[in-house]
Amino acid sequence: MKKILLSSIIVIIGIVFIGRLSYLQLFSFSPNQIMEDPAIKAVYDYPERGYVYDRNGKLLVGNQPAYDVMVIPRETKSLDTLEFCGLLKISKEDFVKKMKRARRYSTRLPSVLVPQLAKEDYAGLQEKMRKYVGFYIQKRSLRDYMTNGAANVLGYISEVNEADLRANPYYRAGELKGRTGIEKQYEELLRGRKGVKYIQKDRFNRDIGPYKNGKIDTLPELGKELHITIDKELQEYGERLMHGKRGGIVAIEPSSGEILTMISGPTYDPALLVGRERSKNYTKLHYDSIAKPTWDRSLLAQPSPGSPFKTLNALVALQENVIEPETKIRCYNGFYVGKNKKGCHCGGGMRNLNSGIFESCNAYFAGTFRKIYSKYKTTDEGMDVWEKHMKSFGLGNYLGTDLPTGAPGRIPDKSYYDRAYGDNRWASSFIISNAIGQGEVAATPIQLANMTSAIANRGYFYTPHMIKKINGTTNIDPKYTERRYTTIDKEHFEPVVEAMANVYRHGTAKWLKIPDIEIAGKTGTVENFTRIDGERVQLTDHSIFVAFAPVENPKIALAVYIEHGYYGARYAGHIASLLIEKYLKGEITRKDLEKRMLDKTLEHEYAKPFSGEPFKINEYVW
Amino acid sequence: MSGKSVLKRLDWLTVLLYLLLVFFGWINIYSTTFTDASSSILDFSTSYGKQLFFMGISFVMVIVIMSLETTFFERFASIFYIVSIVLLIGLYLFGKTIAGATSWYDLGFFNFQPSEFTKMATALAIAKYLSDIQTDIKKIRHQWYAILIIAIPVLLIIPQPDPGSALIYFALFFVLFREGLPLKYLGLSILLVLLFISTLKFGVVWVCIGLGILISLFFFIKRGDVKIPKIPLVLFLISCLIISLSVNFVFNNVFEQRHRDRFGLWLGLEKDPVKLEQIKKTIGYNTYQSEKAIESGGFFGKGFLEGTRTKGDFVPQQHTDYIFSSVGEEWGFIGTTLIIIIFTLLFLRLIHVAERQKRDFSRMYGYGVISILLIHYFINIGMVIGLLPTIGIPLPFFSYGGSGLIFFTAMLFTFLKLDTARLNEL
Repeated sequence: MKKILLSSIIVIIGIVFIGRLSYLQLFSFSPNQIMEDPAIKAVYDYPERGYVYDRNGKLLVGNQPAYDVMVIPRETKSLDTLEFCGLLKISKEDFVKKMKRARRYSTRLPSVLVPQLAKEDYAGLQEKMRKYVGFYIQKRSLRDYMTNGAANVLGYISEVNEADLRANPYYRAGELKGRTGIEKQYEELLRGRKGVKYIQKDRFNRDIGPYKNGKIDTLPELGKELHITIDKELQEYGERLMHGKRGGIVAIEPSSGEILTMISGPTYDPALLVGRERSKNYTKLHYDSIAKPTWDRSLLAQPSPGSPFKTLNALVALQENVIEPETKIRCYNGFYVGKNKKGCHCGGGMRNLNSGIFESCNAYFAGTFRKIYSKYKTTDEGMDVWEKHMKSFGLGNYLGTDLPTGAPGRIPDKSYYDRAYGDNRWASSFIISNAIGQGEVAATPIQLANMTSAIANRGYFYTPHMIKKINGTTNIDPKYTERRYTTIDKEHFEPVVEAMANVYRHGTAKWLKIPDIEIAGKTGTVENFTRIDGERVQLTDHSIFVAFAPVENPKIALAVYIEHGYYGARYAGHIASLLIEKYLKGEITRKDLEKRMLDKTLEHEYAKPFSGEPFKINEYVW
Repeated sequence: MSGKSVLKRLDWLTVLLYLLLVFFGWINIYSTTFTDASSSILDFSTSYGKQLFFMGISFVMVIVIMSLETTFFERFASIFYIVSIVLLIGLYLFGKTIAGATSWYDLGFFNFQPSEFTKMATALAIAKYLSDIQTDIKKIRHQWYAILIIAIPVLLIIPQPDPGSALIYFALFFVLFREGLPLKYLGLSILLVLLFISTLKFGVVWVCIGLGILISLFFFIKRGDVKIPKIPLVLFLISCLIISLSVNFVFNNVFEQRHRDRFGLWLGLEKDPVKLEQIKKTIGYNTYQSEKAIESGGFFGKGFLEGTRTKGDFVPQQHTDYIFSSVGEEWGFIGTTLIIIIFTLLFLRLIHVAERQKRDFSRMYGYGVISILLIHYFINIGMVIGLLPTIGIPLPFFSYGGSGLIFFTAMLFTFLKLDTARLNEL
């Protein structure tokens, strides 16, 4: 017993030690050491964020230096607080609060005392900085906008939040990330890749040299330069025209699918979301729940398309061979659905395809729509065919653009009506409103523009996109250079295009002609309703206009949607006409038209539902 | 000496294990004190350079010991002991204070710590006293003399203050137990320690309940063949109760705050997470950093000179008391396990060598050496891996330190020298 006592104690000690070591080194060991190791500090080298240019090479977004005032609390000495606060343009209480916060974070590590000083403030401060021991100025790079428009297109960047950090291990707290628009969509190209240097620290947090002699350090990779398809001039001009109006405008180059301009009204200056006032401004914009400036109407608004949709119904009817261009239908200043008469503004009489479109006859298209469905034995079959044709124009589903947001619009299918009315309990008369683009169909402005582009191309379109060049090369995603064909044969487009040209020649848009340019277009006037105190109330119609020009070899196809702008040729028609002239000619010859658009606002119209008083709609006052 | 030379009779397995430990120790001292600035390993301004020099002195010491008469140590044991006591007393007059403890003599380039020498001297003295033909360890009076030999240096070292070193001498009780001191002393001291710790951890009430359960269990198992000794049992219970009740008094009045903090951390007495975090950063900083460093080594370790925490000097005292943490970080589980196996083999081998001695003095001295080395090893590694509270004593053969290395070596090789003579003496 006495002889083996000590031996057993030794062996037991050995086993206990090895047990404890296996707990520490095998069980508790986590392989992701380098970030958790207090002895290693990662120092990041941030590349400059990539510049964004417009389609003509004009700079839209660059970078500007900003200056953060930093403090290392432990190193500060007593100072003339009042003078310092004056230089920093903050109050003394604010200063004390910020210092306290910095001290709470760390007394040894730098904290931001005042972020993003303006250049003017920096100049004054820099001279006196040596007086303030423990404070220093750190340069940062901020976005610098060369345009006051295109906020919805360009998007903004902001610091990553906790969710971003969890979702993507690339980001570290305090880094910036694109939130909307191009900044979000092409985040990885624009931001480049930060370089990292690992520094070996000692326990006093002093640097004692590179970790592993810099073997695993990386160099920063520059952010890429992007050229986007937006035309800066057109975009800015369009936003000026949108002054005081709500709605969306999208213009596309039909031969490439490039988005020339994309406007959402009301908009805001992108520079508001940069710098010290960013968060204040963002809150203001974000919580404007009535005008919704941060809600991109060009991509997200889904009104009924109205009369422009008639052109598609005409194409479907031609393709299905249920009408000829000369097929005539009588308009009784309206048409009958059972015993109910629905109105029409075209003036009545015999209508064919041509006059049906340029006078925008509801009765003609109601009849045409019925013919499509009568071709098939059941409404279900007719519905499937109609749905297939409509969806081939990029309607009723997400378009697949390179924009981080979007809406599908709606092309109702049979299951939609089955849900609404019950299986086999509905017929073409239930859905007749779709003939004239009212009822259940819905489309976003970009879908309308794309549809127009498909008509301009006589049968195909390219997925609308923003990206033009990456670092000077046109090597973009091949899906944006692929033609997407509609299900309508090419020969059926000519009569429809001809009719759309007549809309300008002697139809609903005859007052909006541009000298020397042949335009094809279609007006749309969309009834709409809202609820006020639980009651369904009709509001002034939405004004919609689609157009492309020139008729032969089109350069621009666009859709304009103005909320409560009354009939199609009014606001939407004016703006469309001005934009086409601006794009094709570079200048405006019809100054009266331009002045009217720049001056008039629709604020009085938007105020009506909130006035709390009875109001009139569709008033003929300019 | 007859026949074979000393070299042939030397226990080379022990020597090999010793050399391995010294070698690995130096490798880690090199790693912990290496900086990019220093170049030559013979640079005596660096710790690893100095340690090489101490290794040289140790080697000379080994040669001197090997060439001495075997009986020299037994004959001069008392002298050594008296000299060491005088040196300890002398500290109060001429000592140099380092880190709050007056434990060193300043010898110019080198600080000499007499308590290291005293360990060996006390081991020799105990062996000498017990092996005396007139000594009978079964007699209470002789037990008291033996205990006195151990107690004198302890009482001189505690006020330096260096309670850690003083603790080492208790290991020499193993020698007494080996030589016949009744094991009930050991049992009683273990009981005392357990009572102390469990009262701190669980409180008086739970200790009483626990004791009650244990005693009932004891009689339940032994029922039938044992008559219950009522009076001793009651006395035992009462004394346990008194000890348990006095724990808080001792803990709060005899211990210093830093000791209380260390115990508190070790036993997990602090429940408030905020205060616990505070303690981790202050009192528990060493232990916390050393555990983290060992943990970060994983199975294979980060590699020689690649330990980031070692390089960053995160673990304090990492080339002396906390050197094992750097083994853990740079050599991983493989390295730490290897070191523990080497130590275990060394101890088992030494026990084997001690047991084959024919002379009582050699055996007893051997046990003294083993006990002293073992308690260093146990407390040091236990502390570094977070099993024991912080007690600052070095890891034998491994930690940086001249006095330590030289006297541990001397102690070990004196025993090996005694071993070489075993066949001559009958």
